[in-house]
Amino acid sequence: MKSLIQIMLAIVIACGLLSFAASKLEAANSAGGKDTLVVYNWGEYIDPSLIDQFEEETGISVIYETYDSNEAMLTKIRQGGSAYDVVVPSEYTIETMIKEDLLIEIDHSKLPNLQNIDPYFLDLPFDPKNKYSIPYFWGTVGVVYNPNEIPKHITFDSWDDLWDPALKNKVFLVDGAREIMGMGLNSLGYSLNSRDDNQLREALEKLKLLNGNVKAIIGDEITPLMINNEATVAVTFSGQAADMMFENEELDYAVPQEGSNLWFDNMVIPKTSKNVAGAHQFMNFMLDAEVAAQNTDYVGYAIPNKAAWELLDDEVVNDERFYPHEESRNNLEVYENLGLELLGTYNEYFLEFKMSLE
Amino acid sequence: MKFKSKSASVPYIIWIALFVIAPIGLVLYYSMLDLNGEFTLVNYKNFFTSAYLTMTLTSFWYALVITFFTLIIAYPTAYLLTKTRHKHLWLMLIIIPSWINLLLKTYAFIGIFGLYGPVNAVIKLLGFDPTQILFTDFSFVFVAVYIFIPFMIIPIFNALDKMNPSLIYAARDLGASPLTTFRRVIFPLTIEGVKSGVQVTFIPALSLFMITRLIAGNKVITLGTAIEQQFLVAQNWGMGSTIAVFLILIMFAIMRFTRTKKKGGRA
Repeated sequence: MKSLIQIMLAIVIACGLLSFAASKLEAANSAGGKDTLVVYNWGEYIDPSLIDQFEEETGISVIYETYDSNEAMLTKIRQGGSAYDVVVPSEYTIETMIKEDLLIEIDHSKLPNLQNIDPYFLDLPFDPKNKYSIPYFWGTVGVVYNPNEIPKHITFDSWDDLWDPALKNKVFLVDGAREIMGMGLNSLGYSLNSRDDNQLREALEKLKLLNGNVKAIIGDEITPLMINNEATVAVTFSGQAADMMFENEELDYAVPQEGSNLWFDNMVIPKTSKNVAGAHQFMNFMLDAEVAAQNTDYVGYAIPNKAAWELLDDEVVNDERFYPHEESRNNLEVYENLGLELLGTYNEYFLEFKMSLE
Repeated sequence: MKFKSKSASVPYIIWIALFVIAPIGLVLYYSMLDLNGEFTLVNYKNFFTSAYLTMTLTSFWYALVITFFTLIIAYPTAYLLTKTRHKHLWLMLIIIPSWINLLLKTYAFIGIFGLYGPVNAVIKLLGFDPTQILFTDFSFVFVAVYIFIPFMIIPIFNALDKMNPSLIYAARDLGASPLTTFRRVIFPLTIEGVKSGVQVTFIPALSLFMITRLIAGNKVITLGTAIEQQFLVAQNWGMGSTIAVFLILIMFAIMRFTRTKKKGGRA
């Protein structure tokens, strides 16, 4: 018993010392309080050297954290206890956050660089007049594939090409209910925001026919598999496709004609922010043409910053696959916030689809 | 457990109340809430009417297969270990890999099983066509068995190690064949080790979830995957908790099924 108490005491003392040291370190880090900025962003979604540059220019030290899904991020912000100053959710999550009163209105007078953004990306339905959010990156969902490994007639002009018997055991899908159910709906000519249960059922039945073709449903792990030519066809996000194509020149990317998802990730300031002025400074910094161009080079997604387009290679900006023209964007749809109940149905069907695979 | 003084049991009671009873209570409470936070039993109804029932059965089946293969590999290994001269050193060598993070080992298998990985290099050397081993039932069961083997070996090894060897000699002297000795003497005496081994394998196998995606490519869906989806994607904590309740119930059933019988006399 005695030795047990001694061990316990030792552990308590060690913990105490460590937490004391940690609080000292943190205090040193956040000297002045107003001089730190907590940025919460997707993984691999910023050029790290830009953070250093921002710290040098402004004297604000940045604490950078990452997440891998809108939902995980939202749960964390909802529960409070966090002090994030800048977060980068996708459009349907921004809609939810506005509704739940989680965001601070943005002061446009502090963002002179906002004029760099192409007007197409401003004043969108999910956030009229950009009261709460500022564009960061945008992109599509499509098919990345290796043309050398599949028959010539398959070009993914149509989603139906995925069902081609020649692709037996070759198709990889991204692990997202909205993306895959949306693909099923689009292939039938329905909206990917469909609220009609019959259409959803029909999409599910069509997806189930993919059974023999689907090799796996995975997340970011698809990138190395495509790069190493271990996978042939993958339904994924445009930016991820750009990453793969940068490493493996054989690959190509297509957005099928029936339509697909068009998404926007915008910067917002949550109510829990402790440094609203710093958050504005950070946004304005990211909107700067040179910074945006450098960031695009690193991240690979499409940037909505038209001043940055001038600085980027023509090859990049005129690539119809990643910067579709406005008329081809008409085929694309933005996710609407469907509400939890319908989102649950999408998930249930997606689960049923996964379980039907052998 | 019995304590000489009551005060010594206080920390344990607090611990159990805070970290065992309270979470289970919360799971039960959440399982009875719907999306709008209203009190209802609709989640339970959904559980029985939808795909979840099939999923429970397939999870159960995979866990059974995994436990079976783990057992038939771990038992002979543990037995041979007790016969070696430096048995504790060998045991240590088997246990050390289990200190490595599970996810890290899983990622390693993506490379090992890949089209250009070492396994396919051997297959090619033998003159066969390389095949994609990843994202199959085989790869899933293989990796899961690999992960659980050390946890199965330890209790069986301990049981075998504690066994009085003179019992085996006695069985031999009385004319039992090696098979009979094993069946009637060794196995019954180590059954407690096997039971705890099955517990530590079967129960986590039911709720495996990262491996289902990384190794099985989401073609195997376990209860663990479904709970993760409900909490993180569908944000339906009620349904997630309901699945968790059933997982807890299954665990209790397993614990009861494999419980240690308290009998007089020595083992």
